[in-house]
Amino acid sequence: MLPRTTRRTVLKTAALATAAVITAPYVRGAYAAGKLTLGCWDHWVPGANKALDKLCNEWGEKNKVEVHIDYITSQGEKDKLTAAAEAQAGTGHDIMSHRDWNVRIHQAVLEPLDDVVDGLIKQYGPISPVAEYLAKIKGAWRGVPTTIGSQVKPCCSRFDLYKEHAGLDLLEMFPADEKKWDKAKVAAWNWDAYVTSAQKLFKAGFPVGLPMGQTSDSVDWVGGLFNAYGVVMVDAKDNIKIDSDQTRQAMEIARKIMEVSPPEVYAWDDAGNNRWLISGKGSNIMNPPSAWAVAKRDNPKVAEQCWTHPVPTGPKGRFVGQLPQFYGVWKFSQNKTAAKELLTFISQKDSVAQLVAASVGYDLPSFKSMYDLPTWNTVGPPVGTVYGYPPRGDEQTSIAGAPARSDVGAQIYNQAINTVMIAKFTQGKEKLDDVIKWAEKELEGTLRA
Amino acid sequence: MADTVQGWSDVSLADTAAPPARKRGLKLFMRQRSTTAVLMCLPLIAIVLGLIIYPAFYSIYLSMLNKAQTHFIGLGNFTFLLSRDTFWMVAEQSTIFALSAVFFKALIGLITAHLVNNLPVKGQRKWRGMLLVPWVIPLALSTLGWWWMFDPTNSAFNYTLRSLGFAGIPWLSDPYWARFSVILVNVWYGAPFFLIMYLAALKSVPEQLYEAASIDGATAWQKFRHITLPMMHNIIAITVLFSLIVTFANFDIVQIMTAGGPRNMTHMFATYSFLLGIRSGDLPLGAATSLFMLPILAVAAVFILRGVRKRGREIG
Repeated sequence: MLPRTTRRTVLKTAALATAAVITAPYVRGAYAAGKLTLGCWDHWVPGANKALDKLCNEWGEKNKVEVHIDYITSQGEKDKLTAAAEAQAGTGHDIMSHRDWNVRIHQAVLEPLDDVVDGLIKQYGPISPVAEYLAKIKGAWRGVPTTIGSQVKPCCSRFDLYKEHAGLDLLEMFPADEKKWDKAKVAAWNWDAYVTSAQKLFKAGFPVGLPMGQTSDSVDWVGGLFNAYGVVMVDAKDNIKIDSDQTRQAMEIARKIMEVSPPEVYAWDDAGNNRWLISGKGSNIMNPPSAWAVAKRDNPKVAEQCWTHPVPTGPKGRFVGQLPQFYGVWKFSQNKTAAKELLTFISQKDSVAQLVAASVGYDLPSFKSMYDLPTWNTVGPPVGTVYGYPPRGDEQTSIAGAPARSDVGAQIYNQAINTVMIAKFTQGKEKLDDVIKWAEKELEGTLRA
Repeated sequence: MADTVQGWSDVSLADTAAPPARKRGLKLFMRQRSTTAVLMCLPLIAIVLGLIIYPAFYSIYLSMLNKAQTHFIGLGNFTFLLSRDTFWMVAEQSTIFALSAVFFKALIGLITAHLVNNLPVKGQRKWRGMLLVPWVIPLALSTLGWWWMFDPTNSAFNYTLRSLGFAGIPWLSDPYWARFSVILVNVWYGAPFFLIMYLAALKSVPEQLYEAASIDGATAWQKFRHITLPMMHNIIAITVLFSLIVTFANFDIVQIMTAGGPRNMTHMFATYSFLLGIRSGDLPLGAATSLFMLPILAVAAVFILRGVRKRGREIG
């Protein structure tokens, strides 16, 4: 029988326990160098978090630091809410992952990380210009571009449907070896060719699935299209440049694409295009390999026919939307030195290789010198299906909102001004001039001090 | 009880000597019922202060800062919002959403309450329980269910419509249908609240009034018009006010189903505030947007509560 618990016994035990804690001798434990807490983006790919756990534990044991990771989902922007709360409260994790524009948003409370990033640039060469645009603010890096969750959104196409209905052999155009790419065929893959093939695929009953909602998949592909035609919404000197011939050309291409798209694209979130491809109804989307990875599980016959390859080119070049993630160290972090050391460790090529492998090629490092990792050549079926995921050939990365200063760009991007323009023009049947005037007014608002 | 008696008997003479006046005053103060009540309410007061009053004042303070939160700019954020077309569209949508949703919730609640009230007592409890289900399911969860049924590509409703030979409806991809869909879900969720409030009010109407009216030859409509409605007036007013506040501030339904799209045409103050404050990183502007609900709801509250007080005085 258990002894009777009374108020006196509880108090006595508590007092003894407190005394024991206070008077206990200090013993150098396994984690004598302190504790480090991370608030990390919760990965879509099952099991991908384990690779980060493994790396952090390995580093923690070696450096006698206790590392604790909280994985925070981006569903419902919970990660952004957590970061905003920590920034306002001035307390929280030591390291926090920041998606897209969040480094800029919290720049005032983020520790400069030039020593870490400059060291990595010395080791691995040039870094993604989009990552630099988003995280290097007033000359100082406020976040370390991370491999985990960083992505680009190239074409993921059904090569069987393209061959049968559009007469394009994507495997021949973009084989899993860049050296074998035929320059003329690659150059012919432009937005006009994309429209022509989309029209044929629509007639065949397999429309392309480019979303026109207000989430990142929509904003990113339209950003790539606008950049390919040289559309500038706001330049780096705060000049509004949306009223241009380039805008009209790009809008015309978008109109043609929307004419042969399923009407529901205006309501798609970031999963809408994935489901479209996986269902077998769609012939093309612009997305990281997550759609293919889910198809491999849910509809293997579709996955076997998927091929990731560069986006179409335009008069100003071939631009794929990139969405990097960053790790930031809060200014109020208790263990900044350890945080910087850990970030340096997980940014090494060996660590990156493990992260890329665990994500089945979804995670994309910000250094081009790391695009030779074996995962993209080996995963399948079909083998080589995601070889074209890292930007290759003349494909450049871009982000909607650039080249405006990044706090203006953040608003252009998050308020999806580019996709709302297209939706007003195509779905709302508004006159193009009126749409451009509306955009000018919205852009004027983003320049508010 | 025995412990208490034992405790008293153990008290020494020294202890029983009269305590100093100040100590005695404190003891008396502590023994007062009101003191106990305040002490017991303290946790609740702390929660209200910490989680409602403080954030409310903090958001007022935030709304008066510049984008970088470094300077006080007074009403600058509010005047900026008033100059934006998109903001006015959001204001219009929030008003349409709240007024139409509250109207239909009240109407459905009233009709259903009457139907349930007229059921035999034996079966009434079962119906009451079933009709309350939408209200007791966590809103985020049930909205996800609705979203699946309205799914732009694989809508269960459209599947049924098409299998019956009808065309599918662009529930979420057409802005006007999307507005209808979010209002529909809000009505589905909120109507049971009206039902239960109205049912309680109906049960409190004295049966003798109806009997007397019947003797006088009153029709069902006349009974409803001259007995039921006047007796329920206050509960209707308070329920409408309460629902108006909650509906105006709705976030979950719109955020889950449309996230404000297509073309920003389903945004509410709360979702637009989230877009500006959290997603675009302009917390002061987001705070200012959310505070626009305050004067609208305050005016509604003043009018409705004034009516309630007036009727209360008349009855009194």
